[in-house]
Amino acid sequence: MELIFEISKPGRAATDVPASDVPAVNIEETIGSSYLRDDLDMPEVTEIDLVRHYTNLSRRNFGVDLGFYPLGSCTMKYNPKLNENAAALPGFTGLHPYADAEFSQGNLQLIAEMQQYLCAIFGMAAFTLQPAAGAHGELTGVMMIKKYFEKKGEKRRIILIPDAAHGTNPASSALCGFEVRELKSNAEGGVDIEHLQTLMTEDVAALMLTNPNTLGLFERNIEKVAAMIHGKGGLLYGDGANANAFLGKVRPGDLGFDVIQLNLHKTFSTPHGGGGPGSGPVGVSKALVDFLPVPRLVQAQGKYQWSEDFPDSIGRVRAFYGNFNVIVKAYTYLRSLGAEGLKRATEMAVLNANYIKEKLKPYFELPYDRVCMHECVFSGKRQAAESGVHTTDIAKKLIDYGYHPPTIYFPLIVPEAIMIEPTETESKETLDAFCEAMIAIAKEAKENPAGVKNAPLTTPVGRLDEVLAARKPDVCWKKS
Amino acid sequence: MDYCPHTSDDIRQMKAVIGIRDVEELFADIPEKFKLKKMLDLPPALSEQQTFSLMRTIAGKNRLPEMILTGAGAYHHYIPAVVGHIAGRAEFYTAYTPYQAEISQGILQAIYEYQTMIARLTGMEIANASMYDGASAMAEAAVLCAKMSNRTQMLVARSVHPEYRQVLRTYCWANGYTVVELPYEPTGRMDLHALEKQLDDQAAAVLVQSPNFFGVIEDIAPIADLAHQKGALLVAGFTDGTSLGILKPAGSLGADFVVGEGQSFGNPINYGGPYLGIFAAREKYMRRIPGRLVGATVDKNGQRGFVLTLQTREQHIRREKATSNICSNEALCALAAGVYLAALGKNLRKLAELNIHKAQFLKKQLLELSGWKEVFSAPVYNEFVLRCPDSKKANEKLKNEGIVGGYELQRDYPELENTLLFCATEMISKADIDKVAKILQ
Repeated sequence: MELIFEISKPGRAATDVPASDVPAVNIEETIGSSYLRDDLDMPEVTEIDLVRHYTNLSRRNFGVDLGFYPLGSCTMKYNPKLNENAAALPGFTGLHPYADAEFSQGNLQLIAEMQQYLCAIFGMAAFTLQPAAGAHGELTGVMMIKKYFEKKGEKRRIILIPDAAHGTNPASSALCGFEVRELKSNAEGGVDIEHLQTLMTEDVAALMLTNPNTLGLFERNIEKVAAMIHGKGGLLYGDGANANAFLGKVRPGDLGFDVIQLNLHKTFSTPHGGGGPGSGPVGVSKALVDFLPVPRLVQAQGKYQWSEDFPDSIGRVRAFYGNFNVIVKAYTYLRSLGAEGLKRATEMAVLNANYIKEKLKPYFELPYDRVCMHECVFSGKRQAAESGVHTTDIAKKLIDYGYHPPTIYFPLIVPEAIMIEPTETESKETLDAFCEAMIAIAKEAKENPAGVKNAPLTTPVGRLDEVLAARKPDVCWKKS
Repeated sequence: MDYCPHTSDDIRQMKAVIGIRDVEELFADIPEKFKLKKMLDLPPALSEQQTFSLMRTIAGKNRLPEMILTGAGAYHHYIPAVVGHIAGRAEFYTAYTPYQAEISQGILQAIYEYQTMIARLTGMEIANASMYDGASAMAEAAVLCAKMSNRTQMLVARSVHPEYRQVLRTYCWANGYTVVELPYEPTGRMDLHALEKQLDDQAAAVLVQSPNFFGVIEDIAPIADLAHQKGALLVAGFTDGTSLGILKPAGSLGADFVVGEGQSFGNPINYGGPYLGIFAAREKYMRRIPGRLVGATVDKNGQRGFVLTLQTREQHIRREKATSNICSNEALCALAAGVYLAALGKNLRKLAELNIHKAQFLKKQLLELSGWKEVFSAPVYNEFVLRCPDSKKANEKLKNEGIVGGYELQRDYPELENTLLFCATEMISKADIDKVAKILQ
């Protein structure tokens, strides 16, 4: 497809600017001509060109509304349209963040209630909604851990991270000046307790644990792990990316987690937007409340207002108060589901994952054969060894069957990993059809590997040369 | 209302395949003592209609202002109809990060075009696919400068947005870097002598905004020269993105990074978010910058296509050695920004001119009020600072008429007592301005 620049023609525009209704000033004199730019090299297209361009681009994109999107660890559940309509109400979209609190009592009530509901669901003492995404929430959480020890006068340098963890965990720790030590997984996919014993010293600030972990497995030894961390004065950090697995079943606060970050765009159904906006609230136990980012919401004389008067706070991690409009969507979702709906969502998500696991087990290697939570992780090792068909080939072939592929090559501890997260919003018919496609691909891999390695054949472009893209990066178009 | 499609018969069949009698058996790994025995303490579930009416009630507790005279990092602009229609296409907004390029060409190409438009606007060679917001974009640029230079000090102008400076301090504290603030002159610009005095071989970066928080256009070129003479890098921000339609961009004046808030481009004011952080850089830093990058390449038939590229910078590959921890960005907001910029095209300059006319007229009318005076002398874009006899009272009067008044600078600058930072965009009419002048009389 042509680029917007390639369909540009001088003299066109898709929207106009009203004539000034105030007396004009001489711009060159007012601003000073040396401060003015000479050129403005922007596309020039009419509205119909623009609409067709982007509409055609949208047709080259796959979203949950088009089909099954079992991208593991990303919780691609259906995004109810009601939430979009609620968030589009002018009362929510039209307020300036610095409008006096008298203008914004509705927004402030919503934020306060959202914090309260998240505390109830996750068993934490307080939440901040300021971080803009999961990784941003992690960063905020690790900063609070840093501040906690700074306040106690302890210099702890290390953060422990399981080998199965998301890459954002070590990256967030490093961005706060911590050293990362990798914690091994045991044979059943949980924390290797002996290894933890050797790593856990009084130099360790925290263990960042995803539970259930990225294998989709619940940490059976969670009580012991928490006790080992707390026993040496450390803190237990929870990566809440997989929170869809336990709503209404268990609360991280009760399990001993001191900090947890969520991804509202995963667990609470806000659309992923092609890679954002997300929202990454962080919950803390009582011991860490003072370190939450400012501003925090306070109530005075029955009215809500923002306050920065928290001297031990880590400060701000973002301007204003977070991705507010995303929070409105998550709030809408939460209110429509209620406690029963959330619990049912979790139960059905876990049922769906186990169903897929059982149906595909005869065809793909299952490295950890036990009950899983909201996702299951297979390995394409058998296909790779038998016929040279790799996980990437299986993924591309799934595209030809009309599915978004699962997460692949993650977690890193599973070779040729295929991580499938169906979510609760998919029907049995969808799961069956997907499993049939996977089984057909396993069969084709045996009988006609070239047919799998050729995929995809139904997409506007074939497999793309990523090596070329990285060797000769072209990230901004130039007229040739 | 929940969104689970299973009938009881479906569930029965699925349980049989799994070999369980009760779904509860799937939760056996959770230690019994921690299992929740009662329902979560939440309000009861609601039907779709009930939920919508609840949301309308909450939204109705807000008071929608008649007029907004505050900018200060979030700007009220007209959004052409096409923007919402395109960003509202479910093919875009129900997708995630384009890991599978063959079925993500739409968002990938749209972001590649966005990167190109941002690079051109900022006078830079490259731009990334977006950061969380303007403040975090600036903070991440600062951290990058420190890492590249092995220096630990940041020199930031006090004329930079106060919340951006707070975010900068948070990120720098976490990394063990120091932040020194540079005073402003009576013109409203960064004090160059103070900069010269502070700059030594410890300075990793100089951070400035133009237009700055006071609306004032900074003199970027001499700041860049001073910074570079001492081996420091220049991170230049901006406030209202529409100013780039008319002002010489920092990229063409010697900045190493241009960062800022992109909300002005087609994103509603949304009580502060979601917005998008613009991050543009010199090409030589391409392999070090944070955030996603979309690159052009070809498929096996030589056909052009787009992929996420230079991912070896990123956390999912490099883990603790990554250039940043960023994963999800603000892709949909960046898409909206791209559509907005493509819709305006060269008209962005006309829009910027209109903003200047409106701001100058508002300023002129307010200066006619008794006791109102200009605070800074340097040229401004669409924001300006005035001192008045009683800023609280003035804002109170405006609030009573449903108007969000000026931003009280005393909150962040104790020395700027009774001063208000006003903003006038194309959304303010002459009649509005006359009304404001009358209310404040």
